[in-house]
Amino acid sequence: MTWGSVNDFLAMGGYGFYVWGSYGVAALCVCLEILSLTGHKEKR
Amino acid sequence: MTSDLFRFAAPQAFFPLAGKLIPWFSVLAGVLTLAGLYVAFFVAPTDHQQGEAYRIIFIHVPAAWMSMFLYVVMAGWAGLGLALNTRLSGMMASAIAPTGAMFTFLALWSGALWGRPTWGAYWVWDARLTSELVLLFLYLGFIALKSAIEDPTRADRAGAILALVGVVNVPIIYYSVQWWNTLHQGASVSLTRAPSMASTMLAGMLLMALAAWMYSIATTLCRVRSIILERERDAEWVRMTKERAAA
Repeated sequence: MTWGSVNDFLAMGGYGFYVWGSYGVAALCVCLEILSLTGHKEKR
Repeated sequence: MTSDLFRFAAPQAFFPLAGKLIPWFSVLAGVLTLAGLYVAFFVAPTDHQQGEAYRIIFIHVPAAWMSMFLYVVMAGWAGLGLALNTRLSGMMASAIAPTGAMFTFLALWSGALWGRPTWGAYWVWDARLTSELVLLFLYLGFIALKSAIEDPTRADRAGAILALVGVVNVPIIYYSVQWWNTLHQGASVSLTRAPSMASTMLAGMLLMALAAWMYSIATTLCRVRSIILERERDAEWVRMTKERAAA
């Protein structure tokens, strides 16, 4: 385990913006795609 | 066996099969993502050169792999449709394109956020980066071209030609780090050499890559089902399927 605390984890050794910016947008894209696919089905 | 496989080339036979497979691939994608993220953040050590910024690799590399792989699969389906005139092929190519475009965007996005702390710039007109951007335009062009042509058979054919011409870009992306002097680092993983990274880092990357595979299969199958319903809406079996679903 590399992390001493939650803040440590969120800070990512000072690279928090870059790391979470990548993971956040990836999660957003995946959620939007799943939503567009399942939302489509319900309309039929 | 062969005749069984060919049976599923008919949209009518493929539709229920895809429906049965989607939950399996979705669950696999979810489990592999959780395992991958756990390894990525809690098992893999801090990189001694790049600190924690390197953890972007677990998104970046799988996304970049998928962006290239999905393009080749898409062009393969499109080419198959062009050669054999099978109905399902064009639909599969259309179903893959949005997911491929999404992974291409993610590869570029995560790459920009990784480039800034390591190279000092979000974007440079480097061979690897530029050819990956061209890949994004190829996906978007393929989607736009297909949606601009009303007749699905002609749309499939036009799209197939674009996809096949564009496939030349994939080896350019892949070998760009060898062919040109680029800022982008060379491959960390190759089939012929031992990987130049810690084994837990590699494990995290492979788990995330597998998750991306399962995710792509699930979304493609899901999307191809709605394309089948749309395109075959006048067919008797689609009307019957819908009636059964409504009842």
